[in-house]
Amino acid sequence: MNFLLPVLLVFPLVGALVMYPLRGTPDVAKKVAIGTALLQIVLAAVTWFAYSVPAAEAGTRFQLEFVLEWIPAFGTRFALGIDGIALVMIALTAFLVPGLMLFSWEERLPEGRTASGYFALLLATEATLMGVFTATDVFLFYVFFEAMLIPMYFLIGRFGGPRRQYAAVKFFLYSLFGGLIMLASLIGLYVASAQYLPAGGTFDWATLRTIVPLIPESTQIWLFLGFFIAFAIKAPLVPLHTWLPDAGAEAPIGAGVLLVGVLDKVGTFGFLRYCLPLFPLASQRLAPLVLVLSVIGILYGALLAVGQKDMSRFVAYTSIAHFGFIALGIFAFSTQAFAGSVLYMVNHGLSTGMLFVMVGLLAARGGSRMINDYGGVAKLAPVLAGCFLLAGLSSLALPGTNSFVSEFLVLVGSFPREPVFTVLATIGIIFAALYVLWVYQQTMQGPVRGKAVLDALGRSNRSGPDASTPHSARGGRPAPDQAGGPGAMIDPAIAARRAGSGFPDLSVREITVLVPLIIAILVLGFFPGPVLDVVNPSVAATMTEVGLTDPVGGLPR
Amino acid sequence: MSELPEVGAATGTASLAWLLFALPALGAAVLLLAGRRANRWGHWLGVATVAAAFVVGLLIFFDTLALDPAQRTRELSLFQWFSVGGLDVDFGLRLDPLSLTFVLLITGVGTLIHLYSVGYMSHDPGRRRFFGQLNLFVTAMLLLVLGNNFVMLYLGWEGVGLASYLLIGFYQDRPSAATAAKKAFLMNRVGDVGLAIAIFLLWRDLGTLQYTEVFERVGDLSGGVLLAITLMLLLGACGKSGQFPLQAWLPDAMEGPTPVSALIHAATMVTAGVYLIARTHPIYDLSTAGRLVVAIIGTVTLLIGAIIGCAYDDIKKVLAYSTVSQIGYMFLAVGLGPAGYALGIFHLLTHGFFKAGLFLGAGSVMHAMNDDVDMRRFGGLARYMPITFATFGLGYLALIGFPFLSGYFSKDAIIEAAFAQEGWQGWVFGGAATLAAGLTAFYMTRLVLMTFFGERRWEKLTSAPTPENPAGHDYHPHESPATMTVPMIVLAFGSVGAGAVLSGIGLTEWLAPSLGELTEVEGGVLPHAVIPWLVVALSALGVLIAWLTVGRHRVPVEKPALVSLPVRAARRDLYANAINEALIARPGTWLTRALVYFDNRGVDGLVNGMAAGLGGSSGRMRRLQTGFVRSYALSMLGGSVLVIGALLAVVYA
Repeated sequence: MNFLLPVLLVFPLVGALVMYPLRGTPDVAKKVAIGTALLQIVLAAVTWFAYSVPAAEAGTRFQLEFVLEWIPAFGTRFALGIDGIALVMIALTAFLVPGLMLFSWEERLPEGRTASGYFALLLATEATLMGVFTATDVFLFYVFFEAMLIPMYFLIGRFGGPRRQYAAVKFFLYSLFGGLIMLASLIGLYVASAQYLPAGGTFDWATLRTIVPLIPESTQIWLFLGFFIAFAIKAPLVPLHTWLPDAGAEAPIGAGVLLVGVLDKVGTFGFLRYCLPLFPLASQRLAPLVLVLSVIGILYGALLAVGQKDMSRFVAYTSIAHFGFIALGIFAFSTQAFAGSVLYMVNHGLSTGMLFVMVGLLAARGGSRMINDYGGVAKLAPVLAGCFLLAGLSSLALPGTNSFVSEFLVLVGSFPREPVFTVLATIGIIFAALYVLWVYQQTMQGPVRGKAVLDALGRSNRSGPDASTPHSARGGRPAPDQAGGPGAMIDPAIAARRAGSGFPDLSVREITVLVPLIIAILVLGFFPGPVLDVVNPSVAATMTEVGLTDPVGGLPR
Repeated sequence: MSELPEVGAATGTASLAWLLFALPALGAAVLLLAGRRANRWGHWLGVATVAAAFVVGLLIFFDTLALDPAQRTRELSLFQWFSVGGLDVDFGLRLDPLSLTFVLLITGVGTLIHLYSVGYMSHDPGRRRFFGQLNLFVTAMLLLVLGNNFVMLYLGWEGVGLASYLLIGFYQDRPSAATAAKKAFLMNRVGDVGLAIAIFLLWRDLGTLQYTEVFERVGDLSGGVLLAITLMLLLGACGKSGQFPLQAWLPDAMEGPTPVSALIHAATMVTAGVYLIARTHPIYDLSTAGRLVVAIIGTVTLLIGAIIGCAYDDIKKVLAYSTVSQIGYMFLAVGLGPAGYALGIFHLLTHGFFKAGLFLGAGSVMHAMNDDVDMRRFGGLARYMPITFATFGLGYLALIGFPFLSGYFSKDAIIEAAFAQEGWQGWVFGGAATLAAGLTAFYMTRLVLMTFFGERRWEKLTSAPTPENPAGHDYHPHESPATMTVPMIVLAFGSVGAGAVLSGIGLTEWLAPSLGELTEVEGGVLPHAVIPWLVVALSALGVLIAWLTVGRHRVPVEKPALVSLPVRAARRDLYANAINEALIARPGTWLTRALVYFDNRGVDGLVNGMAAGLGGSSGRMRRLQTGFVRSYALSMLGGSVLVIGALLAVVYA
């Protein structure tokens, strides 16, 4: 019995509860919260080192197991354990949370909301995520899967943007709908297991694996569909995606990062942990369907991203395209594609997390999420623009950034079995370049323009100390055409920047938020080895569970 | 098919090869991260790192030269990049004559252009950023040519694409620069899809992506797959090298600072497509059809570039289309197979010298002329900038193939090899290449006449108004500072001598371990001895026509609007942009808008409609609960009657 995982699960929950007595002192609450999150990183690191990478396809799948009897009548136990895939997801979650807390440090919260409440909900979400990734009992997984909704619902509904109520309810209903279908499948699975097991039904993942070969394909298909729909809503695959743009746009940035970066990955994690190993025949039979949805998602999500006017919705649609890649990799059934998908889950959390943060930083300055309200920001805030570009490059999977390795593995691994779908998905990389560079051009390049930017400069010109600039003397806003021209050194915008007002570049706190993300993006771009080493054995085990071998290795000679 | 070389491990001096890309990478990192602190000395760091890389390159070159030709192919594995279930991707370098040739070109010309930029960018507030990005480019380009597998190639391939994107958009508050940068990246990505698919095919059928193993096993590929791979590689090459049908980005890329045009968009990056085909020659060796397509693309492009080059008045765009055309020659050469691989690389090297020199000369002219690029506003500049004129003139003579200058050796060799093909191929390839040589002579003579000779049209003009200076500046042409002229002089020596020297010291034998022995050209559709005379005669004709039409007349400052159809077509890039716009950009915009509407109203509308329907129906159902006992009693009666009726029906049925 190893107590590491229960501690990992309970610790953030305790942190969340401690927020309640601290609600009157937000400064203390924030420090305690971020301290909890930082300690959680330490715990995750301990877990990482406690986990010993198994030799490929050796013995049991789960390590650091912790089991308590829970409801013996249902054959369900409070059982925790991790494989390599769960481990990297835990590490990703723990890695992201402190950064987004620091990001939210000075967040303007809606009327009547406290920072302690916000941070408590973030920690509670983290705790439920730990539960989802560590559960090895299917029923326990279901409980965490549903519990995850509650803190996220309040994060969106209480702390979100203007349409937060609508977005939160939509998010909740969509997810609950999927969850209930999964519950039906879960009961079905229990009944099926009771048929084949002399000791009665069970929810234990490892035991269920042993009876998989006995379940007929037709039953598998029904059970598969229940799980699949729940996960396809969570990870959103087109056409079950429309909750994500609303939720992603209205969620406060910190919660949005957690939502898109980690919480949605529970869907793709579920494909790998539950759909494929428990229903291998159904997975193979229905793979074409999933592949069609994936490729549609890649192309459709990318084109929609191009057409968005709201930056948060833009990020949400890029994620829909990325989830298409992950699902493609999972349902192409090859070692490279599986590993690529798992790595993609991590990398997408980092790159989209950073992109979300950049949107938040921009919105914090201009007070708007609209792309059209910004323009020429690179001239005012070059470091911010550079970070935005880096996040975008990671999102379009430029080699040298983390996402390249995962996207390449997904595509190269999918191609031997699914050449047509892979070629279509590869065309998606052109669209990815298009949406990233188009948004970058609109917001960052060109002359200084856009309502949000000019308003910010105008405010500082009226009240700021930089009365020496020629435009403030005239009392008006600088017209966009006056700000143009290469090397125009008398630009009022630059004067405003020098005076430290108007549209300021990144602060030390903001850079502190970004630096770990940037380092992770670049290091994983060149040295993904440590993550892949942990993932590879679990991926090989998944291949065995599906019962397929790699289609690669040369044509028959 | 040529023999594959033995591959050894790099030891001794060659094990320092990682410094080649690490030095400029360090420079880029320092320059981009150090902030304003590095403004004073940053540009010299940029120059120093590339110069140091050049020295390392020279050391490794001489080290390799000392070896027996059979042992000149060596590899250096640095670390394992990633590895999943049999797919092992090495972060490794391949040091062989081909890659070392490129290393010397990139770092050598790169050093000169870095030095030139110190002067050229001296007044630009973004100079540090400029050098950082230029160093980034050198790093990526070196990774591209040094990689020992296809994933490393792809890393460098997209890396140079990023550097090119950043540098084209360097003047980032110019909307036109931002648009050109985005266009370049996107059209390159279209090519990258081709390269990626070629890699997928190699992995599927050969189970490896290391050059050595791929080249050993290509014999196992079926004809169809082989052709598919060659075509997909070609698509990648076309994107990077501005070849038909992906040529439209390269002229727009002239929005970048002129040193960028010289280094990236003339001498090195745009020749990466030629490198790709030469590097993968064991694959092309096996596919006659694939090679033929390469030669056809090259021929089409060399004509397109030469025709459009005749019509532009923008000095940089003429040079850009000249580059498109000259790379077309290189594609034609490598498309000829074992008779042409080395010739393509030969022309690539001489072109690297004289075209870089020409661009630097153009930059020097722009420097003197308030950054104007319109040749109609120039004229008579030879007197004011003698060094620029002399170096530019030598580059010009080299480009048009003046006997015994660089271009004469390399271009004529390609034309001879093209005529040596049998049947229609000989006539078409050779004829087109000769015709384009005449056109090249025409447009380059026109450029030189309009810029350096004739009336000083700028005397009566002022440059376009800027925010600082609404009236516009007068022109005060002057010679450029030494940091700019010295690189131009060095490159001018290259323009003159590179052809003779490289063919004298045996470039083709040096490259043989990488590219196979160069097959001697013989036979073909024209006698061998006639061809040089024919090419020189046609070039002279081009010069003469340029003199008759441009040199003898006054050049109007406004370009004439009423011109013949071919000129109009050439001014509009032979409608390449219009076609892209009509077939891709506009339908894409509409599709995007339609999809956004569909997603909001269709998919999400369905969901919200269901929710609204549910809410509405429950609202109506609620109204049934009126609270009146009499209506409940009535409905109970109705229900009872129905139930009894149903039971009776079942019993008596």
